[in-house]
Amino acid sequence: MNNLSEQIAARFGADALRETGHFPDTVPLLSIPRDGFEDAAILMKKAGARLAAQWGVDETTMGRGFAVIACYAWESDYLLVRCETPRDDPTFPSLTKKYIPAFRFERQIESLMGLVPTGHVHSDHRPWIKFEDWPADAWPLRKLFDPAQKMPRVKGEYRWARARGEGVYEIPVGPVHAGIIEPGHFRFQAMGEDILNLEERLGYTHKGIEKRFEALSWKDGVRLAGRVSGDSTVAHALCYCRALEALCRFEPPPRALWLRAVLLERERIANHLGDIGAVANDAAFAFLLYQFSRLKETLLRLNRRLFGHRYLMDRVVPGGVAVDLAPEGTEAILAELDWLADEFERLITIYDLNPSLEDRVRTTGILSADLARDLGTVGFVARASGQPLDCRVQTPFPPYDRFPPSMTVLNSCDVHARVWIRVCEIRDSIRLIREFLATLPHGEISAELPSPSSCASGFAVVEGWRGEIVYWLQAGGEGGVNRCMIRDPSSVNWLGLEQAVLGNIVPDFPLCNKSFNQSYSGHDL
Amino acid sequence: MLRILHQIFRTGVVTEPLPEQVEAEVIMVGKRLEEAIRKRFSRSLVIREVDAGSCNGCELEIIAMNNPIYNCERFGISFTASPRFADMLLVTGPVSHNMEIALKRTYDATPDPKLVVAVGDCGINGGIFGESYASRGGVGSVIPVDAVIPGCPPAPADLLAGILAVVTAGNQ
Repeated sequence: MNNLSEQIAARFGADALRETGHFPDTVPLLSIPRDGFEDAAILMKKAGARLAAQWGVDETTMGRGFAVIACYAWESDYLLVRCETPRDDPTFPSLTKKYIPAFRFERQIESLMGLVPTGHVHSDHRPWIKFEDWPADAWPLRKLFDPAQKMPRVKGEYRWARARGEGVYEIPVGPVHAGIIEPGHFRFQAMGEDILNLEERLGYTHKGIEKRFEALSWKDGVRLAGRVSGDSTVAHALCYCRALEALCRFEPPPRALWLRAVLLERERIANHLGDIGAVANDAAFAFLLYQFSRLKETLLRLNRRLFGHRYLMDRVVPGGVAVDLAPEGTEAILAELDWLADEFERLITIYDLNPSLEDRVRTTGILSADLARDLGTVGFVARASGQPLDCRVQTPFPPYDRFPPSMTVLNSCDVHARVWIRVCEIRDSIRLIREFLATLPHGEISAELPSPSSCASGFAVVEGWRGEIVYWLQAGGEGGVNRCMIRDPSSVNWLGLEQAVLGNIVPDFPLCNKSFNQSYSGHDL
Repeated sequence: MLRILHQIFRTGVVTEPLPEQVEAEVIMVGKRLEEAIRKRFSRSLVIREVDAGSCNGCELEIIAMNNPIYNCERFGISFTASPRFADMLLVTGPVSHNMEIALKRTYDATPDPKLVVAVGDCGINGGIFGESYASRGGVGSVIPVDAVIPGCPPAPADLLAGILAVVTAGNQ
């Protein structure tokens, strides 16, 4: 039991049933009656918890109906609250009145699972990820849906938010963007140079990942998890593995845990390096882009030499890691970090002392602390807006419990803050890798995982470089995959971008967008 | 400003000193690429990159091809924002159901003659995403493909070699 679950237990008494097949024990899964689902949210809101995720489950092959699960988080506590909803009346009380991000989660649940939120304040039943040209009754996450069928296209129209008035105009952008980036659509309403409103429309890269998991074995699933968002392959594979290991009640050997952490921090450094350069480039300071991409490339090459893959795909596997690190490898990493730390500080001095760059990044794209909290943002986006959230600190797994990362939280909430958080994190990740390597345990790098028991479920969170990643895995009646729920940090952080650009000028949008750099693929699944 | 100049001079030209085997590969491929591009594309091959639902891994490597170490511009390769200016489409991803129309439109907007290269394992056959309600299972099932570059994701040197193969293919 934790603080959150005690509150639910106190309010619901015998009506709150703790599911026994759910792991880890520190994250309880409580089933409550459907009509109490919103009351639970009110209670959680009062307790100061955020809504980390919300998703639907089809349990019809397990002799039940559908269910909706809400995941709340408060400091180190996570709690899953579940309510069942029958096949003949697949509705559930909406949580949007209490939690803003719920409207996105619920649109997704309604679009892909066909469970309808009721009492919705915005009455926003527009499909999400599902496009208007899908048949209305195509609910891919339902068990009856055949994923192999080719979907017909139907006629339909998406209703955009509109602004009217003299001098108001609209800028549609995408899905094919100008640069080498992922597809998505942005619809701006602007007046002169000022952005009045931005509406994102995502879903273009929806590949049916969650459904695909159900056709794969637990072992093969990790390859798919590693391709949910290519730039976060280590973090996603790790989160999948940790959820699966929780489900099987298994802890990998210590050496594997340490190596996983080394890989995770290397991924963090590489992405932060690339993004700092890219932000500078969008402020027309190409010099830093080329300098930082030189540093990033050096890291990627060492990854390839030591671990066999530039982005470390498929190196984290259920039960441990796929590749060991020889003593020469440790030396190589330490030497590289010494070089990197020196080069990095030279560039950061240049970033910091450049007034024209400062003029662009300071006070641009402000996401206020209140909004960052209310929208449920996570990761560096949240930390740049005053939210002290970092799973590595709040719910650490080894070796982070022995070597706590130092969490930087800034309050200027602008593009600069989002860059500067990454600067601090690169420095800290360099320190962490040095500590991990100095204490690297001996022994095996992986062990055989026991088979999952039927109907069990497992939960895990991992702080990737973008922020908190959530996985919830559920075994079916025969022990196979019944459901794999993924919540990438992008699912919530995209909401932050829509708000951060308001009142900014249109030419600053690329800069704001780059400072968030959220994943389309991780969101669309 | 002095700091910037100092950093530029102490960095020097990083395009040159590559590890030998990569260096040899990139320079060899690059030389032939440059020649082919000079002859067949009036010295400049203009590429429009289209992400048709990739995991963004391939994008990372295509961006890396533009970094100062690979510096693909030295061989005459540049990337454009508009398909109207493109000689080649570099398409990644298994082609999601939701990107199919946008990909077709981009293809139609690219003037003839044009080359289409499918990048990455999922661009070839859908990779781990396979073929499903949401995935077309490869670029070739939506638009005509001239060449493929396998890999998950293909490294920058593989991308350069793949582009070379397609621009010289018609010569033999």
